[in-house]
Amino acid sequence: MEDLYRGEEVCLAQLFLQTDVAYTSLSELGELALVEFRDLNSDLNAFQRKYVCEIRRCEDVERIIGYIENEIERANIDIPDLEGNPKAPQHREFQDIKLDVEQLERELREVESNRVKLNKNRQELLEYSYMLRLSQGCVEKSGALQRDDSLLSVYEEFSSLDKELLILETEDDSSHTMAAKLSFVSGVVSAQHLPSMERMLWRGCHGHMVLHHVPIPELMQNANTGEFVRSCVFLVSYWGEQIGMKVRKICECYHCHIYPYPESKQQQRNLVLEMHTRIEDIKLVLQRTEDYVQQKLHEAVASVGMWRVRVRKMKAIYHTMNMCRDTTASGCLVSEVWCPARDLSRLQHVLEHCSARGGHSIPHSFLNCIPTQEPHPTVMRTNKFTSAFQNIVDSYGVASYREVNPTLYTLITFPFLFAVMFGDFGHGLLMTLFALWLVLTEQRQARLAAHNEIWQMFFNGRYMILLMGLFSIYTGLIYNDCFSKSLVIFPSSWNVSAMFTHGPWQKETLKGSKVLSLDPNVTGVFSGPYPFGIDPVWNLAVNRLSFLNSYKMKMSIILGVFHMTFGVVLSLFNLVHFGRRADIFLVFVPQLVFLLSLFGYLVLLILQKWVAWGPMDSARAPSILVHFINMVLFPSTDGTIFLFRGQRGLQQFLMVLVLGSGPILLLGKPLYLYRQQRRRMCRPYRQAACARRRMENDEEDLPLMGGDGNDVVIMSGEVESDFVDRVDEKVQVDIGEEFMYRLIHTIEYCLGCVSNTASYLRLWALSLAHTQLSEVLWEMVMSSALQLPRVASAELWTRRAIGAILLFPAFALFVTLTFSVLIIMEGLSAFLHALRLHWVEFQSKFYTGTGYKFTPFSFKSILEGGAFQ
Amino acid sequence: MVSCVLCGPKLSMCGIVLSIWGVIMLVLLGVFFHIHSAILIDDVPMTGNYFISSSNITEIYDMYEKVAMNCFIAAAVYLVIGIFSGCQICMNRQRF
Repeated sequence: MEDLYRGEEVCLAQLFLQTDVAYTSLSELGELALVEFRDLNSDLNAFQRKYVCEIRRCEDVERIIGYIENEIERANIDIPDLEGNPKAPQHREFQDIKLDVEQLERELREVESNRVKLNKNRQELLEYSYMLRLSQGCVEKSGALQRDDSLLSVYEEFSSLDKELLILETEDDSSHTMAAKLSFVSGVVSAQHLPSMERMLWRGCHGHMVLHHVPIPELMQNANTGEFVRSCVFLVSYWGEQIGMKVRKICECYHCHIYPYPESKQQQRNLVLEMHTRIEDIKLVLQRTEDYVQQKLHEAVASVGMWRVRVRKMKAIYHTMNMCRDTTASGCLVSEVWCPARDLSRLQHVLEHCSARGGHSIPHSFLNCIPTQEPHPTVMRTNKFTSAFQNIVDSYGVASYREVNPTLYTLITFPFLFAVMFGDFGHGLLMTLFALWLVLTEQRQARLAAHNEIWQMFFNGRYMILLMGLFSIYTGLIYNDCFSKSLVIFPSSWNVSAMFTHGPWQKETLKGSKVLSLDPNVTGVFSGPYPFGIDPVWNLAVNRLSFLNSYKMKMSIILGVFHMTFGVVLSLFNLVHFGRRADIFLVFVPQLVFLLSLFGYLVLLILQKWVAWGPMDSARAPSILVHFINMVLFPSTDGTIFLFRGQRGLQQFLMVLVLGSGPILLLGKPLYLYRQQRRRMCRPYRQAACARRRMENDEEDLPLMGGDGNDVVIMSGEVESDFVDRVDEKVQVDIGEEFMYRLIHTIEYCLGCVSNTASYLRLWALSLAHTQLSEVLWEMVMSSALQLPRVASAELWTRRAIGAILLFPAFALFVTLTFSVLIIMEGLSAFLHALRLHWVEFQSKFYTGTGYKFTPFSFKSILEGGAFQ
Repeated sequence: MVSCVLCGPKLSMCGIVLSIWGVIMLVLLGVFFHIHSAILIDDVPMTGNYFISSSNITEIYDMYEKVAMNCFIAAAVYLVIGIFSGCQICMNRQRF
């Protein structure tokens, strides 16, 4: 199973589908998500393709379904999640769906327009009834209605209405213009417009009018916008024709609804009753309409999800059919698909199955593999565990076809490097518990995760977080760090009392100095290395950081050199697979020699110093850094203490190797190509063909292929010399290009080795930061709370009480800060840096990452991913 | 129980996680103080002065015991909070 190591083999196949079974075959293929279709009609735009009408029909139906879903949402009905997997509809079924959907839409629209009309009517009636009722108030004060010509002054207050005569204004009264009658306009206006309307009326009519207004207690609904406004009933009493027109115009400006005022009290009473009954009727009708709509929508809810899915699938199938070529002569659809080699038989089976179902006894649909030079898509099959890691590798670049996939190794190295930077037993334990909870309640979380993006990110990475937590527990035990305190699992190897018994310390020594140093050379003080991890005594030491820094820096360098060497070795696997033998000796071997001679030697020095030098000779132990620098500088060596015997000779030999591998990296390839070209020139025709094939194999910038046919098109009937000249030109350009390429890569590699090795020191840096943050948090929060019983002034029991009571919120604060700062912030930081180490330092040694992902024609991904195309 | 629901589902979940962590960690801390662990010497009050003025080990152990008792009391408070949060969770689940 080469799946995750290298990616699967993919071949290009031509499908010949009989037109009548094409639709069902594509439906099956979409369900199975087997193959990726290539667009054979890419030069046509969307409107020139064959199945445009069908797609348009699908989109019409989709639009109507969208409208129905909107209505359902507006009515606050929940659409349940779709169960099962409905298939794409056949032509007949599609017609049924279309009819259903269109009928439902018609009914809904009709009902909607009726409802709007009824609402409008109801509003008007409501306003009219209010107006009648409220303006009655002003009318009552006036007494009986009479027709009289007497004028009254309008400048007085409303009480003067008692004396005023309320005359109904009619059109024919305009003949009595000489004696200006008191007329009035009544209606309803929204409360916010009222003050400005009043002012406008006063200014416009020069005071020849009286405005009387009463607010309506109930909120009225504006029929057009649907919002609720406060309104007032108003009554404008005026006399004079011109004033009347002005008043009406002004009222129009403010969008007032003007209603005619009844002539007599009797009429008024009748009108009020009539309004009342009409309002009740309309309310009843509206209620019935609402019920009907609700019922219809509830019926539709069950099928709306299914309709949408089916129509989507149909549209996807037609889009795919648009990508195929239609050979009307033989009546079949030709398409080119990328298919993983493993699934070819399955594909064949599907085609036969569909043809058989279509009623043909002989399977007419068949497929045919064709070799090709084009870049193949990359297929990596992942499961729920490996998909998170594959995603982070793909974020940098999708692997080229059949290239070694770094994901396989990232599964372990990434959590490990994260843990080296995060190493804390307590925090690792918390992370593990969290990830374990996510993993164990997978089914439940999968449903919740769909709604929240950030939670979904954590959920998708649950296995990664689990591994990171487990490795952090391990490194926490190695660093012996649990919430910044060390665990004494085994008894410590350092013994203080031995300094008194066998050593120079006395009782007075303790009072003499603030800081004392334990001497491991005294018998009994140091009894050997701690069995697992770092000795817990270092947690109490003042020079803890000096010790830990030295240890962690050296550890980072060792891990870095191992990681990078592994990357270089992986490039060997790529070279072997693609058959580039020249590169193995001209590129891989010099690279490895360079890296190991310099930094492999550094690792050797570190290990040697750890093993061969002890506390006895620690006073005269040489510094690795100085020796490493001197390796390159070749200074005079009288009097220097060497780390081991023969170090000078070994270093000189390694420097020769390093200085030798540089030029080979730089010039090896171009010289080799040049030599090949010279040989070819001496033996032209026959060699040209095979040399060209070999040269194409060697060229760096050809897409990496699985060693498939590098078909050389040799045109017949060519003059030999022309052919050779053309070959020569190509080779000439190639050598120059190759040289430039090699130059850039050599400089990048050599300088990169140095900088990348230093870059791995971030493992030390982040680990140090985490330790320090943890320590500060403990000291500031927990330590202060635990040390509270030191308040000397109060009573003992109050002191103890304060201590215990304050420990409770102090611990809560400690938990909050641990979680937010130490776990989330430091976790994200370590995650990012581990990711960078993988992307840049590790993958630059062997990974090209210029492929593209295999995206099969799959209904599942189309439905989840949103719009197709 | 007729008590009302004071905390929502998320707050009570936070409460119970905090309480479980608090109980476990404070009990362990109390135990470590009780066995006079040397690592925790900086968290015990007034040990700085003791080594200079007198080398009476029992006084130092007494301080250790006091701090241990504080930790156990705080653990008990967290246990109460935990029970309360647990009840809130049950009541929240019942409501829906």
